[in-house]
Amino acid sequence: MSGLAWFTQLLEVLAAISLAPLFLGWVNQCRAWLQNRRAPSLLLPYRGIRKLFHKDAVLAEGASPLFRAAPYVVFGAMVAAAAIIPSMGTGLPFTTAADAIALVGLFATARVFMSLAAMDIGTAFGTLGARREMMVGFLAEPALLIVIFVASLLSATTALPLIAERLATQAPALYPSLAFTAVAFTMVLLAENARIPVDNPATHLELTMIHEAMLLEYSARHLALMEWAAALKLFNYACIGFALFVPWGASTGEPDPAALLLSMPVLVGKLAVAGVWLALLETVSAKLRVFRAPEFLATAFMFAVLGLLVHLLLGA
Amino acid sequence: MEPVLSPLDACLVLLTGWIVVGAAGMLRRGNVVFVARVLFPLGALIGVGLAVVAGWSLALPAERVTLLIGLPDLPFHLRLDPLSRTFLALLGAASAGVSIFAGGYFRKGQGTAPGVLGLQYHLFLASMGFVLLADDAYAFMVAWETMAVASYFLVTSQHGLPEIRSAGFLYLLIAHVGAIAILLSFGILQGGTWQFTFDAMRAAELSPTWAAAAFGLALFGFGAKAGLLPTHVWLPEAHPAAPSPVSALMSGVMLKTAVYGVLRVTFDLLGEPAWWWGLVPVVLGLATALFGVVFAAAQTDMKRLLAYSSIENIGVLFTGIGLAIVFHGVGMQALATLALVAVLYHAVNHAFMKSLLFLGTGAVLHATGERNLGRLGGLIHRMPWVAWLTLVGVLAISGLPPLNGFVSEWLLLQAFLFSHEVPHPFVNMLLPLGAAIVALAAALAAYVMVKFFGVVFLGQPREPGLAHAHDAGRLERLGLVWLALGCVLLGLFPAQVIDALGATTTQLIGSVPPQGASPWWMLAPLPDRQVSYAPLVLLAVIAVVLATTSVVVRRVYRRDVRRAPAWDCGFARVDARMQDTAEGFGQPIRHIFQGFFSMERELPSAFDRAPRYRVVVGDRIWRLVYEPLGGRVQRIADSLAWLQQGRISAYLTYSFVTLVTLLAVVL
Repeated sequence: MSGLAWFTQLLEVLAAISLAPLFLGWVNQCRAWLQNRRAPSLLLPYRGIRKLFHKDAVLAEGASPLFRAAPYVVFGAMVAAAAIIPSMGTGLPFTTAADAIALVGLFATARVFMSLAAMDIGTAFGTLGARREMMVGFLAEPALLIVIFVASLLSATTALPLIAERLATQAPALYPSLAFTAVAFTMVLLAENARIPVDNPATHLELTMIHEAMLLEYSARHLALMEWAAALKLFNYACIGFALFVPWGASTGEPDPAALLLSMPVLVGKLAVAGVWLALLETVSAKLRVFRAPEFLATAFMFAVLGLLVHLLLGA
Repeated sequence: MEPVLSPLDACLVLLTGWIVVGAAGMLRRGNVVFVARVLFPLGALIGVGLAVVAGWSLALPAERVTLLIGLPDLPFHLRLDPLSRTFLALLGAASAGVSIFAGGYFRKGQGTAPGVLGLQYHLFLASMGFVLLADDAYAFMVAWETMAVASYFLVTSQHGLPEIRSAGFLYLLIAHVGAIAILLSFGILQGGTWQFTFDAMRAAELSPTWAAAAFGLALFGFGAKAGLLPTHVWLPEAHPAAPSPVSALMSGVMLKTAVYGVLRVTFDLLGEPAWWWGLVPVVLGLATALFGVVFAAAQTDMKRLLAYSSIENIGVLFTGIGLAIVFHGVGMQALATLALVAVLYHAVNHAFMKSLLFLGTGAVLHATGERNLGRLGGLIHRMPWVAWLTLVGVLAISGLPPLNGFVSEWLLLQAFLFSHEVPHPFVNMLLPLGAAIVALAAALAAYVMVKFFGVVFLGQPREPGLAHAHDAGRLERLGLVWLALGCVLLGLFPAQVIDALGATTTQLIGSVPPQGASPWWMLAPLPDRQVSYAPLVLLAVIAVVLATTSVVVRRVYRRDVRRAPAWDCGFARVDARMQDTAEGFGQPIRHIFQGFFSMERELPSAFDRAPRYRVVVGDRIWRLVYEPLGGRVQRIADSLAWLQQGRISAYLTYSFVTLVTLLAVVL
């Protein structure tokens, strides 16, 4: 493995860690514009994280060590996930350690730890959030897995960078199966990242919250890590979407400094468009009642399975 | 250096050792200290020995011996081959952890005397060993029935309670229905030679119809023991009734003997299974997996929850067996090997994880006297050892990397992913959809396990009595550590495990999982597909990130940590009853999968002085299958009851008529 490949690997991870709050800020800004509000600063998420790191942590009296460890585990899982996803180059050395199924497993690990931590204090909101998060997760996770399956059937591998590379270098063709799975993936992305219509990142209204309910007892650095991990998760999901559905522009094949350099603005451009798209989706849809969420996710699951069937029927 | 004993002799010595250890307990039946602190640890040592012998000799050729016990002309044939060695290693390794735990677990109490319990326990272990060694139908059935009866007595060790007696009866009943099917299957397999050694069965030529019938009977018979739908009903009754180490053994090891039986009959005795047979276990397995996990989510008794989770895992195992049959039948050897490896791997994994979880519930039960999830909570503070070690099992069985549950799930999903290459129309389209169900079941398993761990160990204690809960004793901890360590190691070194399983797959389907040129820390079961998984690297990356983050956070931002009451959105009077109960946590699943359950709900009205909410979640299969069946059997029995006149003259008449009829036939 060449030095450049390792450099790409490191660059991708660092880019993910540092750009994730920016992407979140961009989505929030677009949302504000679309809703005729004055937009907050693009850098607001960074300021929030910085502020939290500078505070004394307050732990609830009944908190066990699990509660303190969970933010680190969740953050670690998200960073490891970022190392698998080809956002700029596909020649990643870490690819051989974990494929797309392991990626889904990493997301599941983060979710399980977050839910366990939410149950740790024993408040009504914590357990409510944990229960709802697991409810969203158990439907979203298989849907994501099936989406990845369709892509891996098209490219005969489950390693995500290889999927992206093969999809990018094949002759451009319209895959009907990918169209179905793209819909499914978008729905999963919205649900998994606590966006409208499943959850609302901007509310603490107890009847509706999922993600925020789990973080209620966290403060200071623990909260900062959790929020950063959430931003990373959104960034990771966006990059999975790019790898599966718009893989063009990433540097493929042999590591090449010029291609890598070129892929950076391409990634930023993709993220900018994705942010607008996400904000638009969130603005035009309404928040669902919690009991509608399983239907929403079951639809996503069905779309993914439909994509699989279409692929098996048509071979494309 | 030539070892003194051949591996088979060593196995026999060790199995006999178990029987001797068990019998020694009868010398001092009432002495808990002697039985628990001396004999059970001895049994655990024998288990370790068995695992070492079986594991060390995995790749050696098969060896056999004929024991001159049994009926005249029907000696016991025993044989040690890679398949039996794999399962013997599983038996030894998992039972070692359970036995050492049991040494600390069994105390003075009501029910069976400790010495008798020890005898039953070790007889159970030894009979499982003989099931795996048996090389003729007679020895197999003797061992199989000994296993069933020994475990029946273990299940009913608290025989004072009527519900435990009825749970035991249900278990024994289904075990015997299954045993009859297995016996019939052997009857077909001998193929008219009337030789009941397995060698004769391997040599017998069966017509495709008879072979399919033998496979079907074996699947039903072993499926009844394993808990395959619709014969799963005994598991959620028997597991909570049994003492925890016994539940651990039954769920972790005994269910695997059924998996062993199916593998033995299908790939060894029948030889060349037809590809379409595999569809039956795939469909049944998927249904069982989904059914088991959905029911597990609705349970409020922690051992019932684990029992349903075992049903799910059995479903996954049978799905893998079915896939292996399909792939093998159509000549896709690499994928057949992959599916078979996934089955064997998952069998070993499940033995460790489920034993660990059952022992964890045992420790909780001991400390609190509660099995009901609604009366537990917050035990991580009082029982840190049990809680953290159970957490390992929870994460493993939820299929999270880098632990062992993920590896077998990964292998199975990879096998599913290529099932569209099966050259049969429709099948190649429907089979990959099974991956969706496996994924759904795995995700639901995580839901169930979060519920289990969160409600038992996290949050606030739901009862005041829990404040006095004590952590597990030293022997119990040792058992838990052993099993948790197994989960971690099996998760981190998959390539070594799969290499070790190579001899078994060679024996069953004649090919080894290719390792290619990949390094020792990487799992690459399909070299031409470029899929790989390296748990050690994954773990290292996460560990590096964890360490860096915590160092940075602590060094750069040196801020204090304060303790304060929980915030809970500013609500000041938080109490333990505001947390989700087990019912509450399972509610979304009950809501989404309504069709699976038969539910009776009693809702309080707004004006009730003492409001009560009661919900009973039942299994529809009871009503659809067992109640009509039981009714019919009862009616037939009733209609035959007139034969029993209760007068001696009537019975003498029957004897006379029978004699005359027989004479008429003979003459």
